[in-house]
Amino acid sequence: MAALYTGKEVDTAVISKLYPTRSHTGAAQGGIGAALGNLEEDHWEWHAFDTVKGGDYLSDQDVVEVMCKDAIDIVYELEHMGLPFDRTSEGRISQRRFGGHTNNKTKKAVMRTCNAADRTGHMILQTLYQQCIKNNVNFFDEFQVVDLIFEEGECRGVVAYEILTGELHVFHAKGVMIATGGWGRVWSVTSNALTLTGDLNAILLRNGYPMEDMEFFQFHPTGLHKLGILITEAVRGEGGVLINSEGERFMNRYAPTVKDLASRDVVSRAIYLELQAGKGINGERYVHLDITPETVNHYFKEDDARAVDGKLRSITAEYVQEKLEDISDFCETYLGIEPTKDPIPVHPTAHYAMGGIPTDVDSRVFSDENNTILSGLYSAGECACISVHGANRLGSNSLLDLVVFGKRGGHVMVQEVKEKEFGKIDAQKAIDKVQAEFDAILNSKGQNSPNEIREEMQILMTDKVSVFRTKEGMQESVAKLRKLKERFKSIKVSDTSKCFNLELLEAWEVGCMLDLALVTAKSALARQESRGAHAREDYTERDDANWLKHTIAFLNSDGSITLKYKPVTVTKYKPQKRVY
Amino acid sequence: MKKRTLKIKRFNPTKDKKPYWQEFVVEAEDTDRILDALNHIKWYVDGSLTMRRSCAHGICGSDAMCINGKNLLACKALFKEVGDDVTIEPLAGLPVIRDLVVDMEPFMEHYRTVLPYFISETPPPSYGERLQSIEERKIFDDTTKCILCAACTTSCPSFWARGEYIGPSAIVQAHRFIFDSRDDGAAARLDILGNADGVWRCRTIYNCTNACPRGIEVTKAVGEVKKEILFSTL
Ligand SMILES: Cc1cc2nc3c(=O)[nH]c(=O)nc-3n(C[C@H](O)[C@H](O)[C@H](O)COP(=O)(O)OP(=O)(O)OC[C@H]3O[C@@H](n4cnc5c(N)ncnc54)[C@H](O)[C@@H]3O)c2cc1C
Ligand code: SF4
Ligand code: FES
Repeated sequence: MAALYTGKEVDTAVISKLYPTRSHTGAAQGGIGAALGNLEEDHWEWHAFDTVKGGDYLSDQDVVEVMCKDAIDIVYELEHMGLPFDRTSEGRISQRRFGGHTNNKTKKAVMRTCNAADRTGHMILQTLYQQCIKNNVNFFDEFQVVDLIFEEGECRGVVAYEILTGELHVFHAKGVMIATGGWGRVWSVTSNALTLTGDLNAILLRNGYPMEDMEFFQFHPTGLHKLGILITEAVRGEGGVLINSEGERFMNRYAPTVKDLASRDVVSRAIYLELQAGKGINGERYVHLDITPETVNHYFKEDDARAVDGKLRSITAEYVQEKLEDISDFCETYLGIEPTKDPIPVHPTAHYAMGGIPTDVDSRVFSDENNTILSGLYSAGECACISVHGANRLGSNSLLDLVVFGKRGGHVMVQEVKEKEFGKIDAQKAIDKVQAEFDAILNSKGQNSPNEIREEMQILMTDKVSVFRTKEGMQESVAKLRKLKERFKSIKVSDTSKCFNLELLEAWEVGCMLDLALVTAKSALARQESRGAHAREDYTERDDANWLKHTIAFLNSDGSITLKYKPVTVTKYKPQKRVY
Repeated sequence: MKKRTLKIKRFNPTKDKKPYWQEFVVEAEDTDRILDALNHIKWYVDGSLTMRRSCAHGICGSDAMCINGKNLLACKALFKEVGDDVTIEPLAGLPVIRDLVVDMEPFMEHYRTVLPYFISETPPPSYGERLQSIEERKIFDDTTKCILCAACTTSCPSFWARGEYIGPSAIVQAHRFIFDSRDDGAAARLDILGNADGVWRCRTIYNCTNACPRGIEVTKAVGEVKKEILFSTL
């Protein structure tokens, strides 16, 4: 989105380690939130309140208001770019229910999430890429950024590794926007792509810049059993219910009003508690997500769920097939089941990073806990932390976040870059630094497998730093991660080829993830409360008196971590107890 | 867990004069993806084995390859469907870069020629969306699913015979806009697709439809574009 705005005004290069259309935004299924009110009453202020409440009051409310207000125009803008949204019978953009999005008066779920079947992210990604082609934006596909160049406290470019040739290139820039997505691959069961390894977040940490709120990582309640592939919340939006081994729709007990459409942290914890109580299906660690018309219609009746026209809601198999085509395809391909006939086995899956690079409302990066602006650097999307999502993101707010703040960042970059000369850089020094890092990996005499290290880290993080956390578990994680980092110093990479050496790059990515895992565990260990996605068994309540603040974590050159804090911006919405 | 044999076509331009076959034996479940086995080999047996992959569930289009003679996404092909003995080659018709990685540039070039973006001569409403009926939206729904994996184009004999042929994928992309009621670029696109290396090279062999991992009725889309060209020249 940013490139589209800068590309029209100033020389812009988009550097991506994947072909841009392979980005994981293409996996987003459910939709993008905006209070258009196409099907029923809705207001952006309601959207803002829901976002703040969903974030367990850790969101900065000024930026939430900007996002929810901008949402309406940006969705129309996407439509004007040709995005093929589904339509209502009046020909307007179709909207569906999603977890945590409510009518603030009745407290019931509201239709706010704009969708294009269950491949909204795919359509957004395609549409933005198409517009970039139309506007002749320059792409450097399959170039992996491996360092940022800082001189005199300013970001002045990047070093990128050309995957095809193994050559290092310096891109000298007046402004750099980081939009590199999440790092779900730190965990073993995840909805994230193999390439979501948080490279740029690690690079910033290593250059002395902080990450915000890293302890808040979202576990989506419904990943496919064992695989972690995401089953969108839209399944529950369309009426799907979660069922335990006793055939009970257990969300009634945890969230009496919105039930299966409570926010994700609440639902993930509920599933964990059911599993812990031995109520997993067949004694295994999963529950059922049931979207068969028979079950759904039964609960519609029980809940007296009404459609906008006042009629009792009901669904048919054809409707499910049409609205949830890709989901049906995943279930059939990987599990051999048909969601219109069989319940889907699911459990929580590592999904989304609420934390990340601290930024302001125009996507400028902060270099410390005092919100000092780091000149020349911008960031938007999942890798950034503005923070709109606080301690827990609502579904359909991420696609929104990345277009809203991508656009705002793009605008500001154009203005700032136009007023600036190129700063001096030492290109050779920048290349030598990275070359030394890669040579160390290639020439290492060690025997440790980076893949084993990655696997151990992933299992550790899934065991100890996931839906529920304890002091002991996190202390153990920190200690083990330090050992893994030690072992990483003597790894072995067999491939020395210059052409498409993905073994080398993947090994380097393991190093990035180890740093992010460590910062996550340390930030989590320090936060002695439960808030949003950070749920501790030893501190079970939210503690606004001591912890209504953002964590700002620095990685020091000796590998230790310094934690600082900054206040949360509260405007209209005073922290209240959170019930769904 | 069962033993499976993967026979993979290998080639590294920095040391091999020509491609060769290599066999790996791995343990895998019936429900494992071919990609799981390839990752296992890469991570624990031979780190030099090279293939693109990202999402691992059939939505990014990175890992189309020729598996037992058929173009499939390795992350969507399970052993229970493919069998115990699996032969894997790179996609045909595109230059091989290394092992299972091909040069996508010729493919992307064809894609770019069909003006694969929304073109509208009428300004949008000053507030709100352009209207489109559910029926109008449905006409081009199928072709919005394309993930540019190239499985269709590289299974097409007409494309193998002549690399200049624009190929089914680019036609699918054009279809998505030609049949969008809001778009005004159809005439320009039909012009491009009506030329010698456009739709008329399609011989209706259906390989593309069979190859498409997104279940797009590719041949039908090509047929609809052909018809549209005929009507527009009447
Ligand atoms: C399965 C799934 C479903 C989801 N559904 C929804 C939904 O319905 N609604 C919603 O709002 N959100 C949803 N989300 C969340 C949302 O999709 C993501 O948070 C969002 O798409 C992230 O977009 P991004 O642009 O920040 O990053 P990405 O789309 O992941 O793009 C990252 C880009 O950075 C590049 N990159 C990374 N590292 C480097 C490097 N070192 N050098 C060069 N390039 C690099 C990659 O090549 C890629 O192009 C979903 C997420 C998942 C996983
Ligand atoms: S039409 Fe199907 S096979 Fe062809 S590129 Fe698109 S998704 Fe791949
Ligand atoms: S890895 Fe994305 S389609 Fe197979």
